[in-house]
Amino acid sequence: MPYVQNTDEDRDAMLAAIGAPSVAALFESIPAEIRFTGELDLPKALSEPEMMAHAQELSAANESLDSKICFAGGGMYDHYIPPVVDFISGRSEFYTSYTPYQAEASQGNLQVFYEYQSLICQLTGMEVANASLYDGATALAEAVLMAQNIVRQDAVAISAGVHPEYIQTIRTYVQYLDAPLSDIALENGVTSHESLASALQSDSPPRVVVVQQPNFYGGIEDLESLAQLAHGAGALLVVSANPIALALLKSPGECGADIVSGEAQCLGIPPALGGPGLGMLATRDKHVRKIPGRIVGQTRHERGDRAYVLTLQTREQHIKRERATSNICTNHALLALRATVYLSALGKQGLRKVAALCTQKAHQLAALLKQGGVEPVSSSSYFNEFVIDCGKPATGVVTDLLEKGFLAGVPLGQFDESRANELLVCATEQRTQKQIQDFAAALTDVIE
Amino acid sequence: MNYPEPEPLIFEHSRPGRVAVPLPESDAGAPGLDECIPASMLREEPADLPEVGQLDLVRHFVRLSQMNMSVDTHFYPLGSCTMKYNPKVNDWASELPGMARIHPYQPDETLQGALALLHSLENALAAVSGFDAISLQPAAGAHGEFLGLLLIRSYHKHHEPDGERLEILIPDSAHGTNPASAALCGFKSVQVNSDEFGFVDLEDLCSKLGPQTAGMMITNPNTLGLFDQNIVRAAAMIHEAGGLLYMDGANFNAIVGQCLPAEFGIDVMHFNLHKTFSTPHGGGGPGSGPVGVVSRLEPFLPVPRVVEEDGVYRLDSDLPLSVGRVRSFMGNFGILVRAYTYIMMHGPEGIRRISENAVLNANYIMAKLKDAYDLPYDVPCMHECVFSADRQKKGGVRALEIAKKLLDLGFHAPTIYFPLIVHEALMIEPTETESKETLDSFIDAMLQIAQEVEENPAAFENLPQSMPVGRLDEVKAARELQLCWRA
Repeated sequence: MPYVQNTDEDRDAMLAAIGAPSVAALFESIPAEIRFTGELDLPKALSEPEMMAHAQELSAANESLDSKICFAGGGMYDHYIPPVVDFISGRSEFYTSYTPYQAEASQGNLQVFYEYQSLICQLTGMEVANASLYDGATALAEAVLMAQNIVRQDAVAISAGVHPEYIQTIRTYVQYLDAPLSDIALENGVTSHESLASALQSDSPPRVVVVQQPNFYGGIEDLESLAQLAHGAGALLVVSANPIALALLKSPGECGADIVSGEAQCLGIPPALGGPGLGMLATRDKHVRKIPGRIVGQTRHERGDRAYVLTLQTREQHIKRERATSNICTNHALLALRATVYLSALGKQGLRKVAALCTQKAHQLAALLKQGGVEPVSSSSYFNEFVIDCGKPATGVVTDLLEKGFLAGVPLGQFDESRANELLVCATEQRTQKQIQDFAAALTDVIE
Repeated sequence: MNYPEPEPLIFEHSRPGRVAVPLPESDAGAPGLDECIPASMLREEPADLPEVGQLDLVRHFVRLSQMNMSVDTHFYPLGSCTMKYNPKVNDWASELPGMARIHPYQPDETLQGALALLHSLENALAAVSGFDAISLQPAAGAHGEFLGLLLIRSYHKHHEPDGERLEILIPDSAHGTNPASAALCGFKSVQVNSDEFGFVDLEDLCSKLGPQTAGMMITNPNTLGLFDQNIVRAAAMIHEAGGLLYMDGANFNAIVGQCLPAEFGIDVMHFNLHKTFSTPHGGGGPGSGPVGVVSRLEPFLPVPRVVEEDGVYRLDSDLPLSVGRVRSFMGNFGILVRAYTYIMMHGPEGIRRISENAVLNANYIMAKLKDAYDLPYDVPCMHECVFSADRQKKGGVRALEIAKKLLDLGFHAPTIYFPLIVHEALMIEPTETESKETLDSFIDAMLQIAQEVEENPAAFENLPQSMPVGRLDEVKAARELQLCWRA
């Protein structure tokens, strides 16, 4: 049996020490009428080489981003991942360790989380960050719950520019919590200030406003104005952000955001069918006691030096139980480590360069498409992705372009039937000039 | 593992101009940034990320790794965490390009391998649990628990639209996530007493059941590591009252292959793939918490679901009664791959051997330590045994000191102070992957500790001594919050 090391001899010796006649006797506490004595409906065990061959087959039955050049974004991105990230995160002591409940035995993890928290604060412009959550969608849902908790009111207005799957997740999370959700329309590809202003002045105004930066359709929001509008009406501004974009864009913190969440897969994590991702959450110091999830703090230890420990655990479920800020027990530790290594490896200049390359390449692509008669549907500024109208179902365009070796983008019909002809196209720093030129030519060809 | 100085923060290694990874220059003819994005939207100053060379970067993180205990380096008997060996071949499989470098918005026809894997994993989890349907969406156990309660709430809302089933019964021995998850679904938690073995007190349960009952949450084996002898009867009572029974599958390693939760009255259960199914803990995550349900709850499962027709797989989100999405995309796929390959290498026989050896190993430790430590429940345990350090406390040494001493002796400590119903609890879960020699060395250490408590309790002050750091000032950490480095 794989991984069980007990030999028959070992088992006999242990049974003798226990004083039990057999291993079966150790299961007598399971009532006889519910004991399962049949054969589990599982395929016969594969040996290791057989399982590897099987895994290879399954892997080969997928088209990977090595075989199709990726121009799709929509929350998961094909960015450069330096090999040091795999190397460090593959270290046994990181990979196979657990939650730092014994702090003296976990200083490696604890210091990494402290560094991660600090890096997220720098990017978001906020004062405190937690040690990560599951993904961008659940992080945003947690941010909304946290905001409602802070203002002690439940009405939330969500920009139509927020990722549709994140909006769905928020709806799921609050469905039994009596929280009125309203939409704020987009105008020319970004959140309509007029719509927000009018919502904030309505009879039952929202006290929590949610936007995404850049938004799902690629548009860069004017966070400063949105924050002013929200604060003017006594509402909090929650911003779900792309951390690589934050290397270039004014930070949400600087613009007045109250809580910042987001998906940090772009920081050194492979797309892997969308999971596991890395949820980030950051806020101002004054809200720290409402922040969900793990937080690491710096302190001292007995020999006098600096050390790190999980802190503010009274917020968490094992102490507060039903009055806890959330039910989350874990963080995406290994992925927070990857993000920490990635951000440290790229550094101040490197991340900015990656972000600049993304911007330039997306705009180069747009320029080439424009030459071919295809323009972005909105004139808003954008970072690394934008929407084009294919004039016919975008799913068909994607299929046609697969044959030419490209993953063309994200068809929007799956989120909104009225946008079935629209395609969200992305270019990261990974796209070479030749790939961009070839793609632009193939895309305009197919669209014509 | 002994360093004379603490490892500086990465920020402290930073010097302006250092570069770890050379990046390409902009393409010829690339537009300037100011042509792309208005200056008013741009940062004036770059984010103050560190600037380090690659050697210092690597050395920093490798040194940090050496300050961790881990399964690959130490026996790690944390009760209820199931710190079993994480097979490397599973990691290898998850890193194949067709598993790691696939985009969630690729058309279904380009993801047939991934979708087939998800579908097969659902079938496998159903096979080991007896459930009719599985959702692989939840990212963690607590997330699966939240989903389980959402399913219960949605089920009742659908079948009794005017009903008032807003109470969830939770045992006094339960983990804190249980009432927290219940609150997220708008339920009120009502505590149910346990008897002296931590089994559901059926009389107390009966008195608390009624038309207001949505359901009950139970952990089985319970947090004492014992199979609840009242569970079949409790399930019947709950069902008779119109409620549903949710089981926390954290302790599934004890019973996997020995009994099927769906067959002893469980309506919905979450699995912890990072416990029972060997996916690596990674320092606290990512894990995965799939949920299994009986058929009457299937219509409410979250979207998207994997559907198979004539050997072709696709994703389906057209499920009118679904509770909705609980996260983005379709689950912690990288983790799901590892659980799948793990199960494929075990097969029906291998799965049974997991629980058999897990239970054997725990009973062996229990038998060897029961003379030296107080055993609150002197009955055969399942995959974990719970001792009380009450006897040692009388000698001035608490469970906390015992834990720190174990670190010095080269073992990660067991879970301490949980479950709450045992004083000075030490919850030991060896798992099935440890060799007898490892178990024996742990037993010897525990016996040595018990002896030292009697002979020289002063030796337990100021522990641990041989870790990179000594005891931490947690009070200071909470009082003088320093959660973020500032220049």
